[in-house]
Amino acid sequence: MKNLTIPEEEYMLPGHTACLGCGATLAMRYALKALGKNTIITIPACCWAVIPGVYPSRALEVPLLYTAFEVTGAAVSGIREALSAKGIEDVNVVGFAGDGGTADIGIQSLSGAVERGEDIFYIMYDNEAYMNTGIQRSSSTPKGAWTTTTQVGKIRDWKKEKKKNMVEIMAAHGIPYTATASIAFPEDFIKKLEKGKKIKGPKFYQVFSTCPTGWLVSPNKSVEVARLAVESKIFPLYEVENGVYNITYMPKKEVKVKDYFALQGRFRHLTEDEIREIQNDVDEAWRILVEKEKWSKSLMKVQ
Amino acid sequence: MNDFPTPIATVPSTGNKTGGWRTFRPVILYDKCIRCMICWKFCPEPAIKIVSAEKYTAKNAAIGKLDAPEIDYDYCKGCGICANECPVKCIEMVFEEKLEE
Ligand SMILES: Cc1ncc(C[n+]2csc(CCOP(=O)(O)OP(=O)(O)O)c2C)c(N)n1
Ligand code: SF4
Ligand code: SF4
Repeated sequence: MKNLTIPEEEYMLPGHTACLGCGATLAMRYALKALGKNTIITIPACCWAVIPGVYPSRALEVPLLYTAFEVTGAAVSGIREALSAKGIEDVNVVGFAGDGGTADIGIQSLSGAVERGEDIFYIMYDNEAYMNTGIQRSSSTPKGAWTTTTQVGKIRDWKKEKKKNMVEIMAAHGIPYTATASIAFPEDFIKKLEKGKKIKGPKFYQVFSTCPTGWLVSPNKSVEVARLAVESKIFPLYEVENGVYNITYMPKKEVKVKDYFALQGRFRHLTEDEIREIQNDVDEAWRILVEKEKWSKSLMKVQ
Repeated sequence: MNDFPTPIATVPSTGNKTGGWRTFRPVILYDKCIRCMICWKFCPEPAIKIVSAEKYTAKNAAIGKLDAPEIDYDYCKGCGICANECPVKCIEMVFEEKLEE
């Protein structure tokens, strides 16, 4: 008898070259468990482009097409159209890209694909910086973080700007389904992908994926850090389905942003006052999210 | 015609034994393990297999009916997530050099 809370089938092979405790690999492992064999993935330049190993090595049991950094949205559209031209409709076409490839350089092709209503999945594994090239800041790097392009030192040039809100950007496109997810909550992530399989049109997922190497986190704390991000409300789990917001996990414990920061070297330099300012931002964003859920449900007359 | 064939990667990564990366070895203490499979769920390789219930002696009869986790040291990189996530703390991280002695 098996005691499992997620599907047993594996479509990601061991022997891959990701760092110890890499969250991006967990994001892929769970995504494929939900999507299954009938899936084609396309990946731009990012850590996942090197994780499968040097040519001719492969780490996935489904077809993977490498594409250029800025065109994941165009690549999924092309694959989708090519399959449709051949009369093949029962395949999940998935774009799988980092936060740099999604929120920065790839945002134009993603916006185009979503606006055209392509029947695709787009999974952004959010490790909050350009990790493959050495931890440079992205628009998805959170406020307060050290990266190699937002160094601390004497001038304290850590990232001062807020993290870009990709779910809001996608929701503003009128996308049928968009959601956040986390490697610490695989059941929630898989449930959201199962839901997406029943929806025609673009589906967007932002998956919080710890990068121990870039966040200066001990690899064994990779999942714990991701859990604290959700519990502290800095990365809430929610979905937006046809404009209706739904928070999928209500934090149980009173976890402060400070507790989440404590496990990570990238926030080590922050003073009490600076942490308090970020805590205020998080409290405010959470308050607005809870209001949006109430407001959108009443507006759309959802029970 | 086909002077530039599309490069297709066909060799499974399983030929790459990443167990050699390991500094600390996770060791499951089966007499404490409750077979909740949380370690299996969170392994990023994945390097934890599900083996038949009888293979290991369990803490009690009910637990002994459940299939058990088993670490594949050919691929385990020793990240320690399994030990950190185990709810009954029955996975010990042992320094590899100590095991060699
Ligand atoms: C047009 C272009 N510019 C720059 C690069 C170099 N490059 C390769 S991967 C990468 C970073 C990717 O970051 P992200 O999308 O966040 O994924 P991660 O590496 O964090 O997984 C960069 C800048 C490239 N391959 N193509
Ligand atoms: S740098 Fe970070 S995201 Fe990239 S493989 Fe390593 S842990 Fe994973
Ligand atoms: S130490 Fe890491 S790689 Fe090894 S079995 Fe545990 S979770 Fe998997």
